[in-house]
Amino acid sequence: MATPVIEVRDLHKYFGELEVLKGIDLRVDEQEVICVVGPSGSGKSTLLRCVNRLEEPTSGQIFIEGDDITAKGCNIDRVRQRVGMVFQQFNLFPHMSVLDNITIALRKVKRLKGKAATEIARERLDKVGLADKADAYPIQLSGGQQQRVAIARALAMDPDVMLFDEPTSALDPELVGDVLAVMQRLAEEGMTMMVVTHEMGFAREVGTRMMFMDFGVVQEEGPPAQLLDHPASERAKEFFSRVL
Amino acid sequence: MDALIENFFNLRTMLDMLPGLIREGIRNTIFLTVAGFSLGLVLGLVFALLRLSTARPLRWLAGTYIELFRGLPLLLTIVFIGTALPIALRFRWPNFFLPGVLALGIVAGAYIAETIRAGIQAVPRGQMEAARSLGMPHRLAMRTIVLPQAFRIIVPPLTNELVLLIKDTSLLAILGTSIGQREILKYSRDVLGRTLDPSALVAAGLAYLALTVPMTRLVAVLERRNRRSR
Ligand SMILES: Nc1ncnc2c1ncn2[C@@H]1O[C@H](COP(=O)(O)OP(=O)(O)OP(=O)(O)O)[C@@H](O)[C@H]1O
Ligand SMILES: [Mg+2]
Repeated sequence: MATPVIEVRDLHKYFGELEVLKGIDLRVDEQEVICVVGPSGSGKSTLLRCVNRLEEPTSGQIFIEGDDITAKGCNIDRVRQRVGMVFQQFNLFPHMSVLDNITIALRKVKRLKGKAATEIARERLDKVGLADKADAYPIQLSGGQQQRVAIARALAMDPDVMLFDEPTSALDPELVGDVLAVMQRLAEEGMTMMVVTHEMGFAREVGTRMMFMDFGVVQEEGPPAQLLDHPASERAKEFFSRVL
Repeated sequence: MDALIENFFNLRTMLDMLPGLIREGIRNTIFLTVAGFSLGLVLGLVFALLRLSTARPLRWLAGTYIELFRGLPLLLTIVFIGTALPIALRFRWPNFFLPGVLALGIVAGAYIAETIRAGIQAVPRGQMEAARSLGMPHRLAMRTIVLPQAFRIIVPPLTNELVLLIKDTSLLAILGTSIGQREILKYSRDVLGRTLDPSALVAAGLAYLALTVPMTRLVAVLERRNRRSR
């Protein structure tokens, strides 16, 4: 069997006394699009943030393409170059132009020359449909455009997997579609993705697998259509009846 | 009324002292302010970062520095560095500027450290997280992403520190300054002593206001702009 892109083994995470993740096991293979759903506070974001160690796991192991990122000598900055992340709040750098937002890590982390970095940035901007916004500042863009820039910024590093934490939850409803379309195209091109989302339509259409989380454990997982149409657990039934 | 003007606004005295006031007093005040503020900025940045460090001893060190020099009267610190320290350690300051700038800078640094810390903490956490998620090491993310935004936030309070510092330079006179080294207030007091004309002090006041009022106006403008851009 090929090495999974992400593998999580018995992950526990405490915030003080509060146990937020209670033993998560997870495997994401190449080109999978795994959608993580569940009620607020169930630990979806925490799980995602553990995968690139924005949160420190309390115990358990996490492997990215076979590398144990919870091991002592692990250079997490190197691993993160292979793991793109997109946030609910976009988190573009407001003091930089769109182009600089995308090139800064290419220049300072990958040490590319300005010209090479700019070329990559323009190519990624084109991919998210914002080639004409290179010189704009984030504040001049709509939420949907900002999120697409954020996706382009993450893609510029040529990651092997992309993490999305509710990428459309902060958007006005009419702007959601553009962002989902970009994500769908990305999935079709074979990007491995882990997506926390409330967009059940997207999960059904694009997701290869769905994970229902509640109370810090994975309650149920399987093909999205199966979970959505025939949830097994009471909790999932109740959750889907509320969000659908 | 005439007597009042005669006593406090003797144009003659003021005009007579003006060239010297500019050449010596204002010049030294500006020099002391700029030098003290520069030192304060460097110390402030270093101690703000230490204050936010994950290492407890470093946080504690920074906290002690900040509490100490914000808690003591500036005058005490000036005399301690300028007079007490040389006695204790048996050395002589080569001039009065060195201990003066040192004292001003160290104390300003304590205030500025708190200002910068607040600025850094006012930058949304997501900024650091986004930078780190791109593979930037903490230091690089701090330098290129967080600090530029923090400094934009704290320009108004920093300018306030600068205004305070302009006024505080007058306290350095306690170290005993010689001709050529006097800042605005000392220079004017010497004129007062010589001429017994209170207008000398009015001139000093006007000189301070000429420096401070543009700055406080600037702060007001910056704050208004900051509010609008939020
Ligand atoms: N930094 C933190 N410190 C303390 N508690 C936290 C922290 N981050 C998250 N929590 C808590 O952990 C639990 C899980 O949070 P998490 O953000 O992972 O949930 P979520 O499933 O993403 O919810 P949502 O759908 O609202 O985003 C919550 O109870 C939350 O209050
Ligand atoms: Mg969340």
